[in-house]
Amino acid sequence: MEPDLQTPPERAAYDYNSPAGKAYWRKNITLIIGLLVVWALVSFVAGILLAEPLADINFFSVPLSFWFAHQGSIVVFVILIFVYARWMDRIDKEFDVHE
Amino acid sequence: MSVEAWTYLLVGLTFAGYIYIGYASRVKETSGFYVAGRGVPAIANGAATAADWMSAASFISMAGLISFLGYDGAIYLMGWTGGYVLLALLLAPYLRKFGKYTVPDFVGDRYYSNVARVVAAIAAMFVSFTYVAGQMRGVGIVFSRFLGLSIEWGVVVGVLIVAFFAVLGGMKGITWTQVAQYTVLIIAYLVPAVAIAVILTDIPIPQLALTFSDITSRLNQIQTDLGLTNYTQPFTNLSGLNVFMVTMSLMIGTAGLPHVIIRFYTVRSVRAARYSAGWALLFIAILYTTAPAIAVFAKYNLIDELQGKSVEEVNEIEWVDSWSETGLLGLEDKNTDGVLEMTADPETSEITIDRDIIVLSTPEVAGLPAIVIALVAAGGLAAALSTAAGLLLVISSSLSHDIYYKLIHPAASEGERLLVGRLVILGAVIVAGYFGINPPGFVAEVVAFAFGLAAASFFPIIILGIFDKRMNREGAIAGMVVGLGFTTFYIVGAQFFDMSLWFFDINAQGIGTVGAAMNFIVAFVVSRVTPAPPLHIQEMVEGVRVPRGAGGADVH
Repeated sequence: MEPDLQTPPERAAYDYNSPAGKAYWRKNITLIIGLLVVWALVSFVAGILLAEPLADINFFSVPLSFWFAHQGSIVVFVILIFVYARWMDRIDKEFDVHE
Repeated sequence: MSVEAWTYLLVGLTFAGYIYIGYASRVKETSGFYVAGRGVPAIANGAATAADWMSAASFISMAGLISFLGYDGAIYLMGWTGGYVLLALLLAPYLRKFGKYTVPDFVGDRYYSNVARVVAAIAAMFVSFTYVAGQMRGVGIVFSRFLGLSIEWGVVVGVLIVAFFAVLGGMKGITWTQVAQYTVLIIAYLVPAVAIAVILTDIPIPQLALTFSDITSRLNQIQTDLGLTNYTQPFTNLSGLNVFMVTMSLMIGTAGLPHVIIRFYTVRSVRAARYSAGWALLFIAILYTTAPAIAVFAKYNLIDELQGKSVEEVNEIEWVDSWSETGLLGLEDKNTDGVLEMTADPETSEITIDRDIIVLSTPEVAGLPAIVIALVAAGGLAAALSTAAGLLLVISSSLSHDIYYKLIHPAASEGERLLVGRLVILGAVIVAGYFGINPPGFVAEVVAFAFGLAAASFFPIIILGIFDKRMNREGAIAGMVVGLGFTTFYIVGAQFFDMSLWFFDINAQGIGTVGAAMNFIVAFVVSRVTPAPPLHIQEMVEGVRVPRGAGGADVH
C-alpha cells in the first residue's frame, strides 16, 4: 500500500527547538518520571514486591501491604493525576504555552 | 411493592431517561458523531469515561472475584486503576492535541503508513467486539435474574435501547447517557455497601470500615478455622511473579484500549484532557475502593450466616431459597448429619458460593428493602449498556472513518460519512446482540486476549510516537508485528492448545507485559538502523508536545 503522504501541517509560530521550548519539554519529562516513581512505589513495590515483609506491619486493623494493594495505591493514583494536572498548569503558564 | 414491581419501575424510569437524553443530543455532523463536537466539560467526560470503563463485569463480578482471590485480587484493583495514571501522564493530553477522531488516525498519520492504519483499525475492532459480546450477555443475565424475562428477550431490549441513542446521537448521545448511567450505577453500588458496613461494623463508609474495624481479622479467623488460608495472605492463589505481570499487563492494556482513549478526544482542550483523566479515575476509584470492602463484608456475612447451622435453620432464612434456585448458592448436607459445614475441599464442602452472588445478594442478605434490590438491577444494566455503547462507537469509527472514509472513499460528503457511521453502528449492535444470545464458548478466554493485544500493540507505539521523535514507520510496524505475534501465539497456545506456560510460568493474562516490552525493544532497534521519519512528521510530534493550539469545540 502507498504511504499516506499528507500535506505537511503549517508551521506554528512557536519554536519547539529554542532553549525555552527544550526546557519546557525537559520539565514535563522530569515531572512525569517523578510521579511514575511514586506510582510504582505504592503499587508494585509496596503491594507486590514487599507484600510479604509488609504483611507483618499493621496499618490500623489491616496488614500494611494489604492496605496498599486493596486501597492505598488507588487513592494515591487519583492524587497523582490531579498533582500532574495542577503542576502542568503552572509549567504551561511559565513557558507561555497554555491555551 | 414487590421486588419485581420496583425493578420494572426503576429500570423503566432509567431507560426512559437514557432515551430522552439520546434524543435530546442527536447530531447532524461527523465531529458530533465521532467526538461529541469536542465540547464535553472535563468533569462530565470523567463521569462518562468511568461508566464507559466499568462494565457489567466490574459491577457484578469483580467484588466476588476479589473475595475468592483474597490478597491476590489486587491484580484487578491496581491493574484496572493504575492504567489511568499512564493514560493521564503519557497519552491523553498529547492525543487530544493531535486532535483527530480515532486511535488508528494517530497510528496512520504518525507513522505515515496506511498499513499501520489498517492493522490498528482491525485490532481496535477485534478488541471491541470481544468486549461487547460480554456486555450484551450481562444485560440478558440481569433481565432474566431480576425480571424473569428470558435471556434472549433481555438482550433484544438492551440492543434496542443502545441502538436508539448510539445511532441517533453518536458520541454526543453516548457521552451524556454515560454521565446518567454513571450516576445510576454508583448509587446502586454504594447503597447496599453502606448498609452492610453499618450492620457489620457500625462505620457507614465502607472504605473506612475495611481499614479501621476488626472485620478483616474476623474474616481471617473464620478462614483459618475452616482450614482455608488467611484472606490477607499474599500470593496464595497466584505466584508473586504472576501478580506482578498480570497487574502490569492490565495497567498498560487499560491505557491502550481504544474505547478509553477516544473519550479524551471529546474534551475542549489539552488541559481539560489532563483533568478529565483525574475525574475519571476519581469516579472509578469510588467503586474500586468499595469493591474490596464488599468482598470482605459479604464473604464474612455469608459464611457467618450459613456455617455450622442446621439444615432447618438455614432453610428458614428468606434469601436462601431464591438464591439456591438460581444455582449460585449450593447447599447440600453431604454427610447427612443435619448440619451444613464449609470446608477447604470442594468435594466435601456442603456450602458452595458462586462469585457472582457476592454483589447481587448483598441487599437481600443485609435485609434491605425491595427498592434497593431493584436499584442494583438498574445499576447492573447501566454498567453494561454504557460500556457496550462506547465499544460500539469504536467499531463504527474504525470501519466508517478509518477504513471507508480514509481508504475507500475519501471524497465522501459529510452526509454520506454520517450515514455510513450510523449504518455501521446499527450493524455492530445487531451482531453484538447475536453474540449476546449465542455466546461463543470462549468469551472469558478472549478477554485476556483483548488486554494482551492492547498492551502489546497500541500502548508502545503510541508512547513511542509521542516521546521518541526519531521513531519511524519501519520501527513501529516491526514492533507491532513482534509484540502482537508473540502475545497472540502465547495466549492462543495457552488457552486453546494446552501449551505449557514455558515463559517463566507467566499466565495468559500477564503475558501482555512481555509482548509490550518486546514491542518497545524491537521498535527502538529497528528505527535506529532505518531512515528517520520525514520532516513534517517530526514537526507534528513537536506540535503534540505543546498544549497551545489544540482547537476548542468544533464549529459547524
